[in-house]
Amino acid sequence: MGRITLSKVTKRFGDVEVIPPLDLEINEGEFVVFVGPSGCGKSTLLRLIAGLEDVSGGVISIDGQDATATPPAKRGLAMVFQSYALYPHMSVRKNIAFPLRMAGIDKAEQDRRIDNAAKVLNLTDYIDRRPGQLSGGQRQRVAIGRAIVREPAAFLFDEPLSNLDAALRVGMRLEISELHKRLATTMVYVTHDQVEAMTMADKIVVLRAGYIEQVGSPLELYRKPKNLFVAGFIGSPKMNLISGPEAAKHNATTIGIRPEHISVSATEGMWKGRVGVSEHLGSDTFFYVHDTGLGTEMTVRLSGEVEMKSGDTVYFTPDADKIHRFDDKGLRLE
Amino acid sequence: MATKASRSAARVMMAPAVILLLGWMLVPLTLTLFFSFKKYLPLRGDKWQNGLEWVGFENYSRFLSSSSFWPAVTTTLIIVLGVLIITVCLGVLLALLLDQPMWGQGVVRILVIAPFFVMPTVSALVWKNMFMDPTNGLFAHLWRFFGAEPVAWLSEASLPSIVIIVSWQWLPFATLILLTAIQSLDSEQLEAAEMDGAPALKRFAYIILPHLGRAITIVILIQTIFLLSIFAEIFVTTGGAFGSRTLTYLIFQRVLESQNIGLGSAGGVYAIILANIVAIFLMRIVGKNLDT
Amino acid sequence: MARSVTSQRKLINTGLAWLIGLIIFFPILWTILTSFKTEAQAINDPPIFLFFDWTLENYAIVQERSDYMRFLWNSVIIAGVSTLLGVMIAVPAAWSMAFVPSKRTKDILLWMLSTKMLPAVGVLYPIYLIFIELGILDTRVGLIVVLMLVNLPIIVWMLYTYFKEIPGEILEAARMDGASLRSEILYVLTPMAVPGIASTLLLNFILAWNEAFWTLNLTAANAAPLTAFIASYSSPEGLFYAKLSAASTMAIAPILILGWFSQKQLVRGLTFGAVK
Repeated sequence: MGRITLSKVTKRFGDVEVIPPLDLEINEGEFVVFVGPSGCGKSTLLRLIAGLEDVSGGVISIDGQDATATPPAKRGLAMVFQSYALYPHMSVRKNIAFPLRMAGIDKAEQDRRIDNAAKVLNLTDYIDRRPGQLSGGQRQRVAIGRAIVREPAAFLFDEPLSNLDAALRVGMRLEISELHKRLATTMVYVTHDQVEAMTMADKIVVLRAGYIEQVGSPLELYRKPKNLFVAGFIGSPKMNLISGPEAAKHNATTIGIRPEHISVSATEGMWKGRVGVSEHLGSDTFFYVHDTGLGTEMTVRLSGEVEMKSGDTVYFTPDADKIHRFDDKGLRLE
Repeated sequence: MATKASRSAARVMMAPAVILLLGWMLVPLTLTLFFSFKKYLPLRGDKWQNGLEWVGFENYSRFLSSSSFWPAVTTTLIIVLGVLIITVCLGVLLALLLDQPMWGQGVVRILVIAPFFVMPTVSALVWKNMFMDPTNGLFAHLWRFFGAEPVAWLSEASLPSIVIIVSWQWLPFATLILLTAIQSLDSEQLEAAEMDGAPALKRFAYIILPHLGRAITIVILIQTIFLLSIFAEIFVTTGGAFGSRTLTYLIFQRVLESQNIGLGSAGGVYAIILANIVAIFLMRIVGKNLDT
Repeated sequence: MARSVTSQRKLINTGLAWLIGLIIFFPILWTILTSFKTEAQAINDPPIFLFFDWTLENYAIVQERSDYMRFLWNSVIIAGVSTLLGVMIAVPAAWSMAFVPSKRTKDILLWMLSTKMLPAVGVLYPIYLIFIELGILDTRVGLIVVLMLVNLPIIVWMLYTYFKEIPGEILEAARMDGASLRSEILYVLTPMAVPGIASTLLLNFILAWNEAFWTLNLTAANAAPLTAFIASYSSPEGLFYAKLSAASTMAIAPILILGWFSQKQLVRGLTFGAVK
């Protein structure tokens, strides 16, 4: 249960093609993350899968059955919305019960599933409250509870954590990942945050302007970004991209080197520059190096606490086998 | 949230309202237009079933050239403008006052708004008899108390009297809307202006008044639409006598009292055109608001 | 605006506001007071404010002589049924426009508004004629239909602005949860919009109750509501101030009370959402 196949799926709003013909296979039990900058079509794609929007062309099938024309209510999918979309006039219990009520499931079974979900999600204490009386994190859990009681073929998440503060976000991220481990149900998750994508996904789909730039596991994307866009999008801080003579030395138009793959010395190295701002995170230190002679400012990441004064001259050297090479079309060279 | 299924459902669900309103608009409008080109005097035996005589634009020109037309236009303008000036000016002042901190604000608000809920026939009659009557009216008592000769308001000063009555009815509306608009003003803006050393009068002129601009426009437009068609207030007080015959009332008399349907319909077409001119401006503002 | 003000200023504000408030309210207050006077006291010079012989006889006489209850009942039926019908027709329409907007939605909304701006007198005769032909002149049914149509644009608009405030995602969630369109409107939208629907009902009931063009022109003896009843006091009964006051008080009292509840929605309803 939970295999979703998109073939030649397109979406146009009027004359604007937001999703050009697109193929994608989502396997059973997989945690797939759609990631990309805002406006890349990731939410639209999710809504097409949900059935909240019609496709302009192509076929969506769920578990081998053509679901292209099936209304959302009949697709057997559950969705968690960015705003949680809880029913404000119903208690938590009624919210979670709603899909079961709509499916005509008998009361005893309803109660069993609700109590079960409430226990799993730590909602038992709030079960009779209204959504308005809950915190953001609790609301999020109610939304997830409403999704899991249906025992859907797949879960769809539309940027579910973007309304939470940073600390809660990390916690909920973990909870969703654990939920996925326990339920082993297909999950499709949309986010603009590459950290969420890297930490949660089995498979990441990087989208830009409706096109799939790359599909792969988090580490595949990290190690072998197919093009400059993915290289720049995945990883934090961003990969340093150098073009010009320095890239030509490596037979490439552009070379990329991640900030964490650079070593620094006060006395010798391949490149030389002047330290600008340094950011101390404790576990890591980021430097921004100016006047590198490479035509661009470089970001360097060192682990641990490193003292470096603004204005100091430093020498730095890239890790030779971690250099990414790209051709004049921005595509990766092997 | 738009799929083919939901869009077709939407069309079906919108249909009853649209069809009803379309009928409500088109059928009578077409008939009015039709009658306006006809000689139609039911009291002299004309029946629509027997066919009516086509007279072209005669009704239109007769309506314009009749001796009652221009006085009616003047009367309408005086009433509309008079009420607008009074309600907007007093409304702004009253809204500013009600916005200030005070004890019993809620009660005062209710006192001020109450006239709006009084049905037009009641307010017209109460004003006419209990206040403006030259022998027993409260104003007559007051005038006599100061040794003055009581005024026969509705016959000697019919227009000002009607303006007073109608302004009393509409002042609450203007006040309420302007008050709502003032309350939506960000108080930090005023505080910033105060920090910048702007005195109260300047704060009013440069911050509050421009902020109210849109609300004032809306008050003016909506009131104009309603004021152009006030009826009960005149029907009950003067019956159109003493120079208080507005365009609306003139048409009413042509249609129902003298039963000259053709002439009245031509007048109706003029009234519709006039109302539409105002309506266009109102719709612009409302339409702009829809986009945001 | 939460600004600190000296209590002296507050005192002045309070005095001024109450004074003006009472002046504006005075005609209503005076009508209510007069309704409890005898006819002689009602026209006494100088006027008597409070120290008169309070009596209820005017109310009894008005009811007895003019069958007040029948007019009241007509008002209740006409205003109530026309409003309910209007809301029933407007809810689906407003749902469509708020949640499935298309390119034409804005045009339709503005067009509906424009029908409200048609001067009634411009279409008086055709309506009159149609009413005669259909045999519904001076019937409640006729007035119910007309007032429903007259207020339908406002009802649609008010509901539309209320529905607009409900996030579409919640309705989508209902759809994902397996709700049919009917369940979506019945179990999710309507309960969430109860405050908005209630104020729409209230305001339009008031507007229909006070409507005084069609009610005066399309009714005679049978279907006349309170507006026409009061108009009949124009003369010569109008000179009996105490009775006029009693009749007026009875006609406006229910609406004054309802009006207090609806004052907030009044702004939104009458400005078509342009001022909130």
